[in-house]
Amino acid sequence: MTRIVDPTDERVPLSRTLAARPQSLAGVVALLDIVKPRGDVLLDRIEQRLAERMPGLTLKRYRKPTFAKPAPDELRRRIAAESDFVIEALAD
Amino acid sequence: MADSLPSFSLIDLRGSAHSFPTGRPALLCFVKEDCPTCAMTMPLIEVVAQALRGGLEVIVIGQEAAGNARLAQRHGLSAPMLDDSELKTSYAYNIEIVPTIVLADARGAELRRFEGFDRSDWQAVVADAAHLAGVPLPRIDWSPYPAMRPGCGSKSVEPGIAERLAAAASGSRLRARQIELGADEDPFEFMFERGLTDGLPVVPPTPERVMRMLAGTRRDPQEVIATVPPNLAPLTIEKVAANAVMAGCRPEYLPVVIAALEAVCTDEFNIHGVMATTAGATPTIVVNGPIRHRLGMNMKIGVLGSGNRANATIGRAVKLALRNVGGARPGEIERTALGGPGKYTACYPEWEERSPWEPLHVERGFRPEDSVVTVFGLEPGPRLIVDQLSRTAHALCGSLGMALESCWHPKLHAYGEILLVISPEHADTIARDGWSKARVRERIQEASARPMRELLGDAEAGEGMTLRHFGLANPSAEALEQRVAKFRRPENINIIVAGGEAGKFSSAFGGWFSGPMGSISASRTIEEAL
Repeated sequence: MTRIVDPTDERVPLSRTLAARPQSLAGVVALLDIVKPRGDVLLDRIEQRLAERMPGLTLKRYRKPTFAKPAPDELRRRIAAESDFVIEALAD
Repeated sequence: MADSLPSFSLIDLRGSAHSFPTGRPALLCFVKEDCPTCAMTMPLIEVVAQALRGGLEVIVIGQEAAGNARLAQRHGLSAPMLDDSELKTSYAYNIEIVPTIVLADARGAELRRFEGFDRSDWQAVVADAAHLAGVPLPRIDWSPYPAMRPGCGSKSVEPGIAERLAAAASGSRLRARQIELGADEDPFEFMFERGLTDGLPVVPPTPERVMRMLAGTRRDPQEVIATVPPNLAPLTIEKVAANAVMAGCRPEYLPVVIAALEAVCTDEFNIHGVMATTAGATPTIVVNGPIRHRLGMNMKIGVLGSGNRANATIGRAVKLALRNVGGARPGEIERTALGGPGKYTACYPEWEERSPWEPLHVERGFRPEDSVVTVFGLEPGPRLIVDQLSRTAHALCGSLGMALESCWHPKLHAYGEILLVISPEHADTIARDGWSKARVRERIQEASARPMRELLGDAEAGEGMTLRHFGLANPSAEALEQRVAKFRRPENINIIVAGGEAGKFSSAFGGWFSGPMGSISASRTIEEAL
């Protein structure tokens, strides 16, 4: 009978359920640029189209300092506190 | 004569220590807060404690630190509530169910024991206890209590906890979960099926092998050396040892693996980005100092692979720990589009004795006699640079500069850290002209510099620098003639000497997104268990 020492972090993976999909868009929409090339081009266009089609929305722009690291906690907290929706441009 | 119960010393809610045996008869009550049968029993425990006070000690032993205080407060407990949240006493008493009630005489011998709630058992134990205490049988209103009610599982037998307590009690230094394989299971196949390998077979990390591996360090197996992204999981020496066994390390390699993982898990190295990038980078380890010889590392023919156990398995152990503890698995958080051989292992010693220059670790502020690892986030494989014809340092370093311009893309300049491995023959050519490392770097920068104009992306090659990189909006033709060096700073060209004595070739590892916004190389002293 062989026994082995578990080489992993011994954590059971968490499964998270997605937030309920709203039927309509209202309130504040965060547009998050992770600063990959041309992400700003995509978000500029989305911002323009949303403003035209849904003038009641408030659109707010955010930027990560670098795409090579996870978003700083402070930025994540700020987006969560200030907005109802997030559109993130992963780009290239 | 009845068996003596295990002695113990535990702290009550006020921080005072209570030892058992006490020299007087005692009624030990093992409880935990979230057990309804324990809650139901608490008022009875308090009544008995008051009735027998002076002749017998009622001692309540709780299994949860915060829960103990709530339980005592809720039931106005006057008897001592002792903290067994480490569960060592519950384990020593073989407690499987709470409540468990144990009656002991003055010398600590067990007279009676029962689990859960049973009114007749309680009536019998109260009668015996009163007799031992030398007091009349107390009058107790039994009407609120049912004839019987089952208890709950003791925390000391919960999965995961039981194994740890058993390991601790046996004197073993291991605390990680252990997995028992079926009699017919092939341990090698099991490791593949569980997703624990890099695609090559691993040595099954049996407790015996992990214990042998731990002999390679003096550090406590339970010391947490890092929190490993992306899972942000604590990495203990024991987990490092298990992964080092799997990689095929010998115990004396373990201190190098530990130091490399400490360096890799620093904020500046940003292992999350290095492992997650679609571009494909890998932690690349350079080993310096006397330990290279003690471990029999290969710094000569074939230094960059393959054939040497220490070179191959140290780098592999680091990668396996990042995969298994950190959770950086290809297709999950590890998202490189292409990968490369360096994703399996990338660990190389410098042939310091063959170098005309001071070795890498001394350049970085360490003493020559220190053994040091330096980690870089680099392309997962070396690129060969051929120059068999240059006979001067100027010409050879010009070739190196031209070849290095291709790192990432020839048009991407102002680039970050790379690792250049200069072979002995090339080092000799440079040394004959008496050039320092600084002069080598200067020549590489000079040979690889290009006018801005040539670096702009265009229809011939879309990738390249943009005017925004240069901070220019409408530059004049003259401004675009300004030459831009390949590397942001000359020190970004990290140089070591290694390789076979014959062959006018060098090798380079291109970089990743380096600097404060990406990854910065890091060095750590290796603590050997000499």
